[in-house]
Amino acid sequence: MPASSTHKPRPDIWRMLASVVTVLVFLFLLVPIAAVLPLSFSSGSFLSYPMPGLSLRWYEELLTNYKWLLALKNSAVVGVGAAALSTVLGLSAAIAMNGLGPRARSIVNGFLIAPLVMPVIIMAVGLYLFLSDLGLAGTIVGMILAHTVIGTPYVVISATAALQNFDMQLIRAAKSLGASPWMAYRRVMLPAIRPAIVAGSLFAFVASFDEVVIVLFLAGPGQVTLPVRLFEGIRDELTPVVIAAAVVMISISIGLMAIIEILRRKSVARRGMEQG
Amino acid sequence: MASISIPVEQSGWAGLMKVCRPLMRHGLLLPCLLFMAFIFVWPILSLLAKGVYSPEVRDTLPQTAAAVLAWDGAGDPPDAVYAALVADLRVADRRVVANAGRRLNYEIPSYRSLLIKTASALQNSSTEPPRQQLTTIDAKWQDRTFWTAMRRAAPAVTPYYILKALDLEQKDGGGIGKVKPEEATFVDVLGRSLSISAVVTGICLVLAFPVAFRISAASPRWRGLLLLLVLLPFWTSLLVRTSAWVVLLQDNGIVNSLLLWSGIVDQPVHLIFNRIGVYIAFVHVMLPFMILPIYSVMVGISKDYTRAAYSLGASGPRTFYKVYLPLVWPGLWSGCLLTYVIVVGYYITPLLVGGSQDQMLSYFIAFYTKQTVNWGLASALAILLTTCVLVLVGLYGLLGRKSQIVVKA
Repeated sequence: MPASSTHKPRPDIWRMLASVVTVLVFLFLLVPIAAVLPLSFSSGSFLSYPMPGLSLRWYEELLTNYKWLLALKNSAVVGVGAAALSTVLGLSAAIAMNGLGPRARSIVNGFLIAPLVMPVIIMAVGLYLFLSDLGLAGTIVGMILAHTVIGTPYVVISATAALQNFDMQLIRAAKSLGASPWMAYRRVMLPAIRPAIVAGSLFAFVASFDEVVIVLFLAGPGQVTLPVRLFEGIRDELTPVVIAAAVVMISISIGLMAIIEILRRKSVARRGMEQG
Repeated sequence: MASISIPVEQSGWAGLMKVCRPLMRHGLLLPCLLFMAFIFVWPILSLLAKGVYSPEVRDTLPQTAAAVLAWDGAGDPPDAVYAALVADLRVADRRVVANAGRRLNYEIPSYRSLLIKTASALQNSSTEPPRQQLTTIDAKWQDRTFWTAMRRAAPAVTPYYILKALDLEQKDGGGIGKVKPEEATFVDVLGRSLSISAVVTGICLVLAFPVAFRISAASPRWRGLLLLLVLLPFWTSLLVRTSAWVVLLQDNGIVNSLLLWSGIVDQPVHLIFNRIGVYIAFVHVMLPFMILPIYSVMVGISKDYTRAAYSLGASGPRTFYKVYLPLVWPGLWSGCLLTYVIVVGYYITPLLVGGSQDQMLSYFIAFYTKQTVNWGLASALAILLTTCVLVLVGLYGLLGRKSQIVVKA
């Protein structure tokens, strides 16, 4: 019983139980990933322990196999394209929303973050039929457009949060000192919310980088991305090279998410400074 | 926004700016709204529309559609219907006849070949009356069920796909009834999707509650570390986590090797490509989605409330039910609805770690889109799934309004 944790005199079995469950849940969350990743350094081709020896041969294969390299390139191009487009659209929308009344703002906000709750399969099939009609299925452009839909909500959420803590008086002050509106936004507002913008666009990149369902529908053989290669690897033949690719993906995602987290803390700290 | 610079305010240019300013403000909103309307809303709406709008027969065989709808559906169809079909098929393009045939095939499985055969036979001109012509080409045209099927398929707006997605059909004599038991699939699939989501949500809730509590009760330094441990798998690509489970759980995988080595089992236990595998992988994916909202509510609850309850003489369980649980309630709601909504629409996880009996609505939407190109049915199933999600999100909006969920560390 969590509440009784505050009840000092009694030895608390509920609290202990909570601790035990917590440890078990953390083991469940982390051990599977941790147990599998070292297999990418195996010198053998079976995914089991004990490993016959250590080697980097699977990483070598990953970096020399053109299919994996193409997938990496596609992922990077689509991710960067989608993140850039999401940032432009999401940021301008967030700035505009800041000037709306509360009711209009919550409606627009709900509309813009709707892709987060829409089942991806419905977006994927809808976009597949729609972009096929436009002749954009099986193109990188089509994939960038599709991934911009799932990336924009993150930029909107991130930028809106930062703007709510931004003091609009600063813009007025800048204008009264003779700055044009554009100058005031660029020199005063953007620097203040920059960490949030960068975090939002990195989030949009990661969202695209990890997305698989839409790409499964939209990509032809030439547009396959890293997650889809991984998907094919899991479905067809699971070899250590798939795990090596997984290690590369984890490193990229976790590295980016760590940057986002640092930026977030930075902007929280900045907020604290402004308020204090 | 009131402008302060006075001198410029006087000029006509500034007046224009004043008019334009709100426009500019909304102008910034416009690109994003337009983009979302075209690339998000429009594709989804036009997909969902395919579930009720199916104009193939009406467009390909316009005279037949009109004639067959003018017939009351009782007794034998009048001569006008036969004449209309002969006239339509004489002028129709082969490819579009096949299109209409596909739609008619959903009503009666041999309809497509019958239509194509009839269309090519009609290329030889004949002076016989239309009814004789058609029945000479194929005796099936004497069978009125083919005509009542035509009558069901003739309107552009059809309930066929939606009914099919619910294992129902329009009966010959009018009215709606269940399809034959061996054809019934989708009610089962819907039930399966809903029940898998419920089980996953339940397991996640039971596991996440103590974890969220433990993290919120930890000292701030530990809290950061523990949250990082929740976020690490959250940040790890779904595909990576799924591949880890396949490696671990397959028959010659790590878990089975351990079980065999330790002598607990004599032969490998099937842990994956069945319901067990789906539950394990889903719970692994969804736990952070449950832990984080519950945690974010718990961490904001002052210990003073429970202390006050104790000091007023409440027992431990009473304090829990009457004080703590109501305070945590918004977090539980958010976590459960978030988890349920995400799981019910999931595609990848059941596909990779489930068997054929574990596939949910998403699988069939994908299947009918890509494999059999039955977009109407895919769309009807998409309508079913969207309805589920909208109902849940509506509930979330109604009941979870008070809670401000922050899915952040």
